[in-house]
Amino acid sequence: MRVFIPGDSAAISVGADAVAAAIALRAPSAEIVRNGSRGALWLETLVEVQSPDGRIAYGPVSPDDVTSLFDADFLNGGAHALFLGKTDEIQWLSSQDRVTFARVGIIDPLSLDDYRSHGGLVALNKALTSTSDWIIDEVTESGLRGRGGAGFPAGIKWRTVAQTPSDQKYICCNADEGDSGTFADRMLIEGDPFTLIEAMIIAGIAVGANTGIVYLRSEYPYAIATLRKAIEVARKNNLLGSKILATSHSFDMTVRVGAGSYVCGEETAMLESIEGKRGVVRAKPPLPAIEGLFGKPTIINNVLTLATVPMIIADGASAYKARGVGRSLGTQVFQLAGNVARGGIVEKAFGITVNELVHTYGGGTLSGRTLRAVQIGGPLGAYFSTAQFDTSMDYESLIAAGGMLGHGGVVVFDESVDLAQQAKFAMEFCALESCGKCTPCRIGSTRGAETIGLIIQGVEVEENKRLLLDLCEVMSDGSLCAMGGLTPMPVKSAMINFPDDFKGGVR
Amino acid sequence: MKYRPWSQDAALVLLASLRDEMGPVLMALQLMQKEFGYVDKASIEIIANFFNTSRAEVHGVLTFYHDLRTTAPTTHEISICVAEACQAVGARVLVQEVKAKFGDETHDGYCFGNCALGPTVMVNGEIIGRATLEKIEQARR
Repeated sequence: MRVFIPGDSAAISVGADAVAAAIALRAPSAEIVRNGSRGALWLETLVEVQSPDGRIAYGPVSPDDVTSLFDADFLNGGAHALFLGKTDEIQWLSSQDRVTFARVGIIDPLSLDDYRSHGGLVALNKALTSTSDWIIDEVTESGLRGRGGAGFPAGIKWRTVAQTPSDQKYICCNADEGDSGTFADRMLIEGDPFTLIEAMIIAGIAVGANTGIVYLRSEYPYAIATLRKAIEVARKNNLLGSKILATSHSFDMTVRVGAGSYVCGEETAMLESIEGKRGVVRAKPPLPAIEGLFGKPTIINNVLTLATVPMIIADGASAYKARGVGRSLGTQVFQLAGNVARGGIVEKAFGITVNELVHTYGGGTLSGRTLRAVQIGGPLGAYFSTAQFDTSMDYESLIAAGGMLGHGGVVVFDESVDLAQQAKFAMEFCALESCGKCTPCRIGSTRGAETIGLIIQGVEVEENKRLLLDLCEVMSDGSLCAMGGLTPMPVKSAMINFPDDFKGGVR
Repeated sequence: MKYRPWSQDAALVLLASLRDEMGPVLMALQLMQKEFGYVDKASIEIIANFFNTSRAEVHGVLTFYHDLRTTAPTTHEISICVAEACQAVGARVLVQEVKAKFGDETHDGYCFGNCALGPTVMVNGEIIGRATLEKIEQARR
């Protein structure tokens, strides 16, 4: 009897460990698999039982429900108030298009056999017998763009590194997922770490690099532990090390843990941090693809960008790019967060509207109060009002609407939100996290927070609003990286889309 | 959490484990904190000498990162996410309550990647979703 109880830290945060312990106590002969999360986080802890015709789900299960679940004979699919039917038929999940997240929540994250039996290593075996050019052509042809936020075509970056001669090259995975409202990198690493490992090996083969580094934030202790264990399993099975899978290729990788700095998610600050220095942003050029980690050509890709590569190599670029709209091809792993009734992972082709995401999937607010705002793309992303909910979720449409996709996080706020306070927080966060290199970011953020404070207090409101917009322009134009450059985005979008909140006084 | 008492000899043994690492200064500081609970100021010179770099370099790294601290931690450590997704579900109020109750043990956190089940709090390294004052008190025991 197999019972699946997520070991994902989101599930653990609402009692999954206690649920697992209680079930193990009552059914010592049951095989308990600590899978990743299916992504329907409002159903956590989602307990699944293997039946002859598929997995049966119960949720959200709290430790107190375990006794009644046994009374209902849940191990044999018995009726219970928390009975959800077959997991594969839960519409919230079945209507998604899981590509990057195809295996997350389904497999045992640390079982290589499970990984293989669900399509794992098909891409690596293909890559090991292919030319570097073919791999890079496939990635380019797929239209895959950087999922970290910048949206740069992955294939072009890979080509640059491949064509830059060097005795040493690096593959750096940016897992410094600091944006509030985003958790897809964490869930991928906790739920399907071999996909990331496989992707990094493929990247190494493609560009001629033998060393990979995952820069993983310290706030994710569960992900760090899982990835380190998975790397050990991969080494034992000769996926990592010298002459991998009896070929001439060698590749190994390590995890470097961050130290609580948001700006280290910026790629050049991340390189500095991996080099053991202060996370101060570097000027570009030189591009990291030419002079990156320790001055060597370096691929820097986000977790989701890399984790999509095995699917592209295995199933072909054309299958991937058949999805999406315009120049936003494939799927995006959207993350529904904040004050939302049904939060979690929604992987869909680009082009879904904000409304579909927030209402059809999210089910509106958790509090039940009127939905007032969403922030899309993390702390540097724009605040949108419900008037903009027909906007298509793709790179270009969001830019046209005055925002950005970022890392695909959508944070929902109900009517209790005060957008002037949110704008002030954006400036305060920038002041706290600025690396200090550029004056507009280092000083401007503090002045910005003060100025918004004055507006809230009702002091010379119109004059201070003009000053604030001027400051935003200086920060945007005068900062090297997105920290100072994009902090004005939440501020200005809040002012434009919620003008009533900037008339002085607290809402 | 249990930490060893700070000692120079123990520090040197730990640093030796990083001898072959490239760019070891941040790792060295993180290792000090993991073992001793904080980075003793005396370790700045030790790390600088061990890795043939300047004290200024080590001091610079030590003071850049929010995680690193130079004083011993409190018995319990409570880190509350105060970022946007948790603000949307009441973190601004919760943080006031928790600070009023637990004072110095409380620190602002910025996202634990549990943004659909906020407010999120880490209590002594354990993640708590849909956090309330009661849940935090329970986990703190």
